Amino acid sequence: MDATTVLALGSIIAAAVVMAIGAVGAAIGEARIGAAGLDALARQPDESPSITRNQFVALAMVESTAIFCLVIALVLLFANPLIGGA
Amino acid sequence: MRINIFTDEALLWLGPFPLTPTMITSTVVSVLLVAAGWLVARAVVKRPDGRAAAAGRSAVRFIQDLVQVTAGRRSEAVEVFAGTLMLFIAGSALLGQLPSVHPPTATLGATAALAALVFLAVPVAGIRARGLRLYLSHYLKPNPVLFPLHMITELSRTVALALRLFGNMLSGQIVVAVIVSLVGLVVPIPLMALDLLIGFLQAYIFTILACAYIGAGIQVGETGRT
Repeated sequence: MDATTVLALGSIIAAAVVMAIGAVGAAIGEARIGAAGLDALARQPDESPSITRNQFVALAMVESTAIFCLVIALVLLFANPLIGGA
Repeated sequence: MRINIFTDEALLWLGPFPLTPTMITSTVVSVLLVAAGWLVARAVVKRPDGRAAAAGRSAVRFIQDLVQVTAGRRSEAVEVFAGTLMLFIAGSALLGQLPSVHPPTATLGATAALAALVFLAVPVAGIRARGLRLYLSHYLKPNPVLFPLHMITELSRTVALALRLFGNMLSGQIVVAVIVSLVGLVVPIPLMALDLLIGFLQAYIFTILACAYIGAGIQVGETGRT
């Protein structure tokens, strides 16, 4: 195995690990936001517009960590700077 | 499907300037939106109780309420900016549903440009509302030691805006491409609908965050806000 193969192998494994761990974190966060939002909706149905709006914003903020992981995984796979523009 | 992260393939070169698919699609979205806006504006004048006029008025009211709630006050400039952002991102998500059309917001350059607009709009709005001295002095509050942290905040939230929109739109494209290459018929439809929903949601969220950042810039120095 020459250096390029090792780098490619490492990049693929790193992309998988990045995506797996990143997805787990975002999934836990989004589950908590969803549960808390439903709880608030059940307690105060009159406030549903503002609860829903803030819930969506919070979901997007949490999801963005997973999206950052996705971008890093995509960079590793498709635009890896170490393998010379593969 | 080729996936470009930092680059965009050039269709043809006009002298030293490349012409990329993103430039074409974003121009198409802009032209379509301007034409639709012109038609709706004419409908509001000519037939005030028609459907187009009602749709236009409710869209304007939606943006006004959103700016009022998230930026904390009414401001026509912020409303125009927020409406433009939301309509452009939602329009490109809609355009990206056409087969083999890559939405402009699935390119890092386009989303970085949108985020840079927000990055520049915050100090412009803050200086217009508060004056240069008061706005710049908020970077040194509560303590001048925190100046680097203010800088990091401004930069990281801009990068986050760009990457969030880019990642969401591109991931939808990738998922649909993978499913189409596996099955091809009927099965991708719910995923395309999810992609469209995420596109509209991202338009909403990008606009809300831009309004919140601009609102924080406008309200510099008010009652304990830094």
